[in-house]
Amino acid sequence: MSGFHWDWAFAWSIVPELAQGVVVTVIATAAGSALAFMLGMMWTLVRIAQIRLVTPAVWFFVQFVRGTPLLIQLYFLFYVLPTWGLSVSAFATGIIGLGLFFSAYAAEIYRAGIEDLPAGQWEAALTLGLPVRRVWAGIILPQAVRAVLPMLGNIVVSMFKQTALLSTITVLELLAHGMAIGQTTYRFVEPLTLVGAFYFVVSYLSARALRALETRDEIRA
Amino acid sequence: MTSPKSLWEFLPFFLGGVPVTLEVTFLAMAVAVPVAIILAIGRKSPRAFVRWPAGFVIEFFRGSSALVQLFWAFYVLPLFGLTLPPLVCGVLVLGLNEGSYMSEVVRAGLDAVPKGQREAAVALGLPARYRLFRIVLPQALPLMVPPFGNELITMLKFTALVSLVTIQDLSFRASLIGDTLGHNGPIFALTIAVYFVLALSLGVLVRMLERAAARRAGRHVTEATVPHGALITPALPSSIPAWALGGGG
Repeated sequence: MSGFHWDWAFAWSIVPELAQGVVVTVIATAAGSALAFMLGMMWTLVRIAQIRLVTPAVWFFVQFVRGTPLLIQLYFLFYVLPTWGLSVSAFATGIIGLGLFFSAYAAEIYRAGIEDLPAGQWEAALTLGLPVRRVWAGIILPQAVRAVLPMLGNIVVSMFKQTALLSTITVLELLAHGMAIGQTTYRFVEPLTLVGAFYFVVSYLSARALRALETRDEIRA
Repeated sequence: MTSPKSLWEFLPFFLGGVPVTLEVTFLAMAVAVPVAIILAIGRKSPRAFVRWPAGFVIEFFRGSSALVQLFWAFYVLPLFGLTLPPLVCGVLVLGLNEGSYMSEVVRAGLDAVPKGQREAAVALGLPARYRLFRIVLPQALPLMVPPFGNELITMLKFTALVSLVTIQDLSFRASLIGDTLGHNGPIFALTIAVYFVLALSLGVLVRMLERAAARRAGRHVTEATVPHGALITPALPSSIPAWALGGGG
């Protein structure tokens, strides 16, 4: 059995192939985050609007998404979307899955942002006699979103780590490339370790940066 | 098209995954809770040789993808001569991963114990170990029950990953049945529904535990902490004044 020893030459030789996976992983994270933030805002607006039947239905859906495993959601989308006549690529399916799953968490974060806004903002808006729509769109939501930016950043970091699940629906992201190398060369040590190390370095550094951002915001506030 | 009859035939095999999924959930949680407590206490240690490794373990497991850790334990550890059975592999990785996240919960729980308790224990000349196990932890643990309960449901969702290392849980059986039928949609729809029902059931269990813990801690449980119909009625931030809410639409 080969594999007891770490082979630097082999490790270097697979970096270009892994780099292709990194590109896919990064794009999936970026697109998935954008979708999660937009959908999360939509859920928040539906929540605030309190529309009869619509709000409960949407809210049940959001709780459903939160309460079930992302892996199965991905499988479901992967196998069911085509039967609905939506011929989307595995990559697009993965982005939709990630975006949908994390939108449930984004909605909670937006809610926290609205809740933490000082009462004076509401009072001032009422005093100015602004229409309700403008109060939300011009005063409340922009401030709430800005206040929770570091928390939204945490969603991006979580999603980045979860993109590894896309390998199960045939998306050739980082982990899939690592596994493919392992299966063709029978060497798993280097590819899987490099993959893990990459996830670690990126998410550790981002988490630290976000923590710094949060403390800076706290000091400013 | 799949005839519903053929899916029906596989139903007993599929539902046989429920106990497996629950087993992995509870075993992994049984690993995660002590790991979280040990890591949180370790991180607060005045000794650097305890604090640093605890911090390293936390950052290591939180830092990279759980699936990669699982594959690493499954494919790479055997090359170092350490072959773990899939169940042990899955339970350990999930437990250590989730335990690292939960150490934050434990830290918050420990911090929530009033400082005076510790100071009083010091003033009474109680040894450090006694202070921790008899004074601080008994007061902190009931505080951790609600967040731990939420983590139990997170863990349930998390266990779907172990299907990828050959453990025959719900997800594994669903994939197998889907491949056999040649039609994966219905079985995965059913699988999502089963996970959701399991999550709701665990939620009920957790709430019962919460009440018991609150009673133990001598606190009154108000009905408001257990909102009914939360599944379809979103809680609105209390700070929003009534005039700013649309109502009706």
